[in-house]
Amino acid sequence: MSLLEIKNAHLKLDDKNILNGVSLSVNKGEVHAIMGPNGSGKSTLSYMLAGRDGYELEKGEILLDGISLSEMEADERARSGLFLAFQYPVELPGVGGMSFLREAVNSRRKFLGEEELDHLAFVKEARNEASKMYVKDEMLKRAVNVGFSGGEKKRFEILQMAMLKPTVSILDETDSGLDVDALKIVSDGVNAQRNSDNAIVVITHYQRLLDYIVPDFVHILSDGVIIKSGGPELALEVEKNGYSGLINAA
Amino acid sequence: MVATQETIDKVKEVTSSYKYGFVTELEAEKAPLGLSEEIVKFISNKKKEPKWLLDWRLKAYKKWLTMVEPNWAMVNFPKIDFQDIYYYSAPKTKPKLNSLDEVDPELLKTYEKLGIPIKEQEALAGVAVDYVFDSVSVATTFREKLADEGIIFCPISEAVQNYPDLVKKYIGSVIPIGDNYYAALNSAVFTDGSFVFVPKGVKCPMELSTYFRINEQNSGQFERTLIIVEDNAYVSYLEGCTAPQRDENQLHAAVVELVAMDDAEIKYSTVQNWYPGDKDGKGGIYNFVTKRGNCLGKRSKISWTQVETGSAITWKYPSCVLKGDNSVGEFYSVAVANNAQQADTGTKMIHIGKNTKSTIISKGISAGKAQNTYRGQVQIQKNAMGSRNFTQCDSLLIGDQCGAHTVPYINQHTPSARVEHEATTSKISEDQLFYCLQRGLDSEQATSLIVNGFCKEVMKELPMEFAVEAQKLIGISLEGSVG
Repeated sequence: MSLLEIKNAHLKLDDKNILNGVSLSVNKGEVHAIMGPNGSGKSTLSYMLAGRDGYELEKGEILLDGISLSEMEADERARSGLFLAFQYPVELPGVGGMSFLREAVNSRRKFLGEEELDHLAFVKEARNEASKMYVKDEMLKRAVNVGFSGGEKKRFEILQMAMLKPTVSILDETDSGLDVDALKIVSDGVNAQRNSDNAIVVITHYQRLLDYIVPDFVHILSDGVIIKSGGPELALEVEKNGYSGLINAA
Repeated sequence: MVATQETIDKVKEVTSSYKYGFVTELEAEKAPLGLSEEIVKFISNKKKEPKWLLDWRLKAYKKWLTMVEPNWAMVNFPKIDFQDIYYYSAPKTKPKLNSLDEVDPELLKTYEKLGIPIKEQEALAGVAVDYVFDSVSVATTFREKLADEGIIFCPISEAVQNYPDLVKKYIGSVIPIGDNYYAALNSAVFTDGSFVFVPKGVKCPMELSTYFRINEQNSGQFERTLIIVEDNAYVSYLEGCTAPQRDENQLHAAVVELVAMDDAEIKYSTVQNWYPGDKDGKGGIYNFVTKRGNCLGKRSKISWTQVETGSAITWKYPSCVLKGDNSVGEFYSVAVANNAQQADTGTKMIHIGKNTKSTIISKGISAGKAQNTYRGQVQIQKNAMGSRNFTQCDSLLIGDQCGAHTVPYINQHTPSARVEHEATTSKISEDQLFYCLQRGLDSEQATSLIVNGFCKEVMKELPMEFAVEAQKLIGISLEGSVG
């Protein structure tokens, strides 16, 4: 059974058709990349999966580990193991990073029927994971994403992913705003979490990120449908010929 | 976010049953209904007061008769019938108690329901609590320990008997009897409250705390608190309140006066959680309070910190009169108004002495159909050379049916003074909520987290144990506001 199953997803925003029948199966242990030009529906797809208000499916179905997500609110989906790394992480003034992480982790643990981590155990784990993402203690004391650089924001996203241990992670344009060094740190962080029980969906414009996070499958999204799927070589084809060649061929 | 049925049910459950809504069965001794010269005399007589205090009360009563209710605040409520209120009600327990064992067990049960374990507080928290139940203080703890330091902490009715000179000298010295309509009323009919005196050079070793309860149905409660801190002395005073649910509105018109001498410091913290009324605004407490501190001495300092979540209507402006040169006034406030609540609150900073300094940090949170107004006055008088004020007013709106208003009054009469005012209004954004939800927090957790982040600057001014309580309270009072 697929870990994430998108069946014929249709979605409208302001009466405009954005997703026009997206279907995708993601199995355990796999990394999928979804590529597409601006306006192809990539971000809409990620919001739809995460259950953002206003992004409800008009038609179709999504299953996470066999369970339909349609009736679930965003927070239930998150607790069930769906994680979205935001393209633009949101600032939360006055909300300390460490306490935010803790609330999030404990929500997930509660859902899984695990005991809440005691304060010391939590801080220890958070610091350990943070050091892997080159996130300093000082940054965890600051308010979430407030005054963070582009790189810091993305590192903090992946740190949250590491702490929450999701079954399916969607990385929305995680490479945007990153220089090469930061891209390497973020990619290493993501790769360290690849295992045989989870799956990752990388959404990106550029092939560049896929040099670091090597996908098993690549899909091209255009006008709200997947027009072509293939292996990593498909990304290189995009790099070489641009999207237009592929779209015209389709 | 589309609320699930479960959330809606939960919210209904919470809003329909105010946690502290219960009535204690106690025999009360009441004055006859209404207000007259006879009632003022009745109260004074009940409390076996000296003649000077009765005269003072009667003077206040006569003044009150000539005054009209203020109508400038941004609050609406039906006219109060001041003749339909009981002005005195005391539990029939003897107020003189040597230990808590002598307290009416019914009373103790009430405190248990409120989650105030008296003995635990005594033993663990090291907080001396002057319990005010309806109008008479029934138990005062830790008094002996404080007495060793020369600190007086007792019901004001006792202070009238035991320290008449101190009371006579300072009562009404900060807030004169004719200051405003409600202060005049309070002066005429106040029943009890706290009295604190900290002598020269003494730093009060523990936080002094009072829990107020309004219990007897329809008995307006008129607290009177007086705190005097002498040269180089320090005190931190906590005031916390919860009240049982009522269908009829209950009037509360307290007066709090603070006096700080040279180099003295008073920190006065309030967490106010009175019954706010139901979702449509039925019932709930009217909270019309006059609080003012007099920085009489040089380099003295008075800080007001308040977290206001309850009451149907709040009319409250804790203020500082900065008379002493180089004195400092501070006001940190979080005011939460949900459903049909109306809050008009703020502060006055009156700069009289040279190089006086004041800071105002006000955080207003509005949800439901609530209206929340910050009203603040900064006055720099002619001789207040080199004085400074910094004001920051931030408003947070939750939903699209509530309102936030900021009304600053600035009167500056000295060119060398500096006054700064910053104001912001923001909404909890969809982006912020979605971000939190995506991390597995439910919408109430998310709101509470964002709101507490918004209030952080004020919360950190509260004593630790109070801050924790206040944080929870803000979460509770906003339950159901996002859905």
